[in-house]
Amino acid sequence: MIPALALLVGVVLGLLLQPTVPAALQPYLPIAVVAALDAVFGAVRAQLDGIFDEKVFVVSFVSNVVVAALIVFLGDQLGVGGQLSTGVVVVLGIRIFSNAAAIRRHLFNA
Amino acid sequence: MSEQERSARRGPGLWRRLLRPRLRGVDLLVAVLLALLGFAAAVQVRSTQDDPALVGARQEDLVQILDELANRNDRLRGEIDDLTDARERLTSGSDTTEAALEEARRRAQVLGILAGTVPAEGPGVTLLLRDPDRVLGADVLLDALQELRDAGAEAVQLEGPVGQRGELTPSTEKVRVVVSTSLLDTDEGVIVDGTVLRPPYRFVVVGDAGTLASALRIPGGVVATVEQRGGTALVEQREALVVDALRPLDRPQYARPAEDD
Repeated sequence: MIPALALLVGVVLGLLLQPTVPAALQPYLPIAVVAALDAVFGAVRAQLDGIFDEKVFVVSFVSNVVVAALIVFLGDQLGVGGQLSTGVVVVLGIRIFSNAAAIRRHLFNA
Repeated sequence: MSEQERSARRGPGLWRRLLRPRLRGVDLLVAVLLALLGFAAAVQVRSTQDDPALVGARQEDLVQILDELANRNDRLRGEIDDLTDARERLTSGSDTTEAALEEARRRAQVLGILAGTVPAEGPGVTLLLRDPDRVLGADVLLDALQELRDAGAEAVQLEGPVGQRGELTPSTEKVRVVVSTSLLDTDEGVIVDGTVLRPPYRFVVVGDAGTLASALRIPGGVVATVEQRGGTALVEQREALVVDALRPLDRPQYARPAEDD
């Protein structure tokens, strides 16, 4: 409940404050968001599986974001930033889908 | 995993676990992270909406966009050059048209003076021929005309009869003398282009006054001939004369201007 509220508060803050994304962060923010979403979906699934652990979530959240940003940064340095970003988004998207499918099975038994 | 555990996980216990408020440090961290996620997502969505084409675009994409813009810029620049050239051509074209029109007007003026269709003014001489005894015929007038033309007369009109001092009278007829002018003797005087002029005659001549006067006065010239015949000739140089007798413009019936190359 509290995490959901926190998420809502974050969204409202973002909409109200309307900060501009620093140029240095611009390539990484979308990927970081997708990576964080993956962590969140994984956490919800773990919660439903009854194996949720806050520490695991925090670590996975942070490491997901950091690794995703790192991959994009590396890609930018290698000149394949665009392709690597796409790859990261695809992989995370697949994970989100599979997590979502597991959540769906838990919630609706289907 | 026992049946009990399974039912606990799936049953009302699940919802209780989800909804049960817990406020440990780790939970707070989770909340902060999720708030951060929401914040970042909202910001990202907003910035994408602000300028979906550029913000968040990758460096290569930006370079590509820049290239496209540069290409487009080049194309547009070329277009500007083309249009500027066209405008230049059109403006200078209208300039040449203007110049050609001006030239045509000038030529029309010159030809009009030659053809006697426009009035002319300028310095020149008057030649008054008094002929009380009717001894001056068309031949003398023609000689005088030739002499005047040789001396560079540019516009000539022949008047008659004028007063004894050369002044115009109500009965004075004026004829513009042009290239096709004909002179014909009659009992009354001279028929010039179909108009009967009676003496005294007066030539009004626009041209170089000195040259015209001396041409008329040369020994054996017009003045001498007239006086020898028994008439009197009076040459006057004038600063400003007006040749205002006009001829109608005869439109050629058959001749057409030949095409220039």
